[in-house]
Amino acid sequence: MIPAPAQDSTVQEPVLSVQGLRKTFGAMVAVDEVSFEVLPGEIVGLVGPNGAGKTTIISMILGVLEPSAGSVTIAGLDVARRRSEALGHTNFAAAHAPLPGNLTVEQNLRVFGMIYEVAGLSARIEALLAEFDLHRLRGAKCGLLSSGEQSRVTLAKAMLNRPRLLLLDEPTAAIDPSTARDMRARIRDFAARDLGGVLWTSHNMYEVAEVCHRVLFLARGRVLLQGEPGQLIRDHGAATLEDLFVSVAHEDLTAGAGGQA
Amino acid sequence: MRVSRVAAIVIRQVYLLRGSPVRLLPMIAWVAIDIVLWGFITRYLNSVASPGFNFVPAILGAVLLWDFLARVMQGVTTSFFEDVWSRNFLNLFATPLRVSEYLAGLVITGVGTSLLGLAAMLILATLAFGLSFLAYGAAIVPFVMVLFLSGIAQGILGAAIVLRFGPASEWLIWPIPSVISPFVGVFYPLATLPRWMQVVAHGLAPTYVFEGMRSIVAGKGAPADQLAIALCLSLAYLVLACLTFAGVYRYALRTGLIARYSAETVG
Repeated sequence: MIPAPAQDSTVQEPVLSVQGLRKTFGAMVAVDEVSFEVLPGEIVGLVGPNGAGKTTIISMILGVLEPSAGSVTIAGLDVARRRSEALGHTNFAAAHAPLPGNLTVEQNLRVFGMIYEVAGLSARIEALLAEFDLHRLRGAKCGLLSSGEQSRVTLAKAMLNRPRLLLLDEPTAAIDPSTARDMRARIRDFAARDLGGVLWTSHNMYEVAEVCHRVLFLARGRVLLQGEPGQLIRDHGAATLEDLFVSVAHEDLTAGAGGQA
Repeated sequence: MRVSRVAAIVIRQVYLLRGSPVRLLPMIAWVAIDIVLWGFITRYLNSVASPGFNFVPAILGAVLLWDFLARVMQGVTTSFFEDVWSRNFLNLFATPLRVSEYLAGLVITGVGTSLLGLAAMLILATLAFGLSFLAYGAAIVPFVMVLFLSGIAQGILGAAIVLRFGPASEWLIWPIPSVISPFVGVFYPLATLPRWMQVVAHGLAPTYVFEGMRSIVAGKGAPADQLAIALCLSLAYLVLACLTFAGVYRYALRTGLIARYSAETVG
């Protein structure tokens, strides 16, 4: 059983609010009227088959892709209107976006710390190097690190500015089970301790069931189901979250089914 | 504009130079080769031409200034290419970093690296071939400024082209100085060119710099009106280049170019 977010969610302002988000590329609709929120301390899983629109949604939240319609608000700041301020409250780690391999671990943390204008940057870097067991690698170029080590560096970078919203796009895709378990523990700790909201995309349903308080099932650019993982499994008579995933990926479930919130 | 973010873009390049000093070599080596080559050519021309005309300030000075412009442009675009080669756009632009801060960082880096090249060229041209920029007087400062602004504008335009058309469009931007050079009359007066080339040349800021330099070398003084036109043109091109980059950036946001900027070519 995953502990619920630390505070009473009914009185909290969401750290992320996505309303009526839509993205089209010509005639192709990549994301269609997606709305959801992430509360402080909440870990929300965004799952779906390849091409469902997960990374497109993450890109729009991060301000690197302009929505065709709808809005994204981070910590109460509209990304379209106050992009720089809004993105100052977030950070991200993605398997497909490694840090520059020709800079060392410490140099990368310093460069991105300066971009996020982190106060007391040197002390913050030291703390993160210790927390992510990166001290002995501080002078190593990121391109020479193993996948697991690179993932730790990317996650350390994502924690630099103590974000209120953390976006993780398949962060454990290329790492071994032990490192993945370690990473999941750190993310849970971040949500529980710092009350950061987390939006997590993954194809690993075991991981999603273990970590996420809530799951959004996405297919063909739309949210088909959402709810607490265990509840969704029970409501849809699936044996596991993976079975439910397969069903959602192959069937056109109605919008009002089951755990739809 | 936040200083810390601009400094982050600059310090990244400093780290790269510090971590790989071999990157310094092209900033100095190519311009040094140019100076040595043209230094001997001017020395030869001085020996065979009629006395009274000194080719050193006319030819070697022009080479130095033209190389400087090209180095400024390359300084800006090379810094940009570091982010292309390391697929760093998503990491950079999914942060509070503004386009203006990113461009300012690229420009400062370009200025720093080109000044290294300029210093190397000046030392070599002065010590080995007797070039003295004192001969040009105070007018050299605004002339260099015009070339500076022109090089920055070309660099930003080059970065916009690569952002729009993908890494494979690299071959489109490196020849930009070479394509422009016949029009701006680096080595010959504007009157040498056919009429249509002169029309094009009048729209390019460096043309006025090299015409002005020849005027000074001929003892006719620095033409203030031409200098004013050159400054206005270079500033206009700089503004246009920045607007072009901003426009391409907005296009990239609409189409998702930044989010998926890793392919060899981008349609």
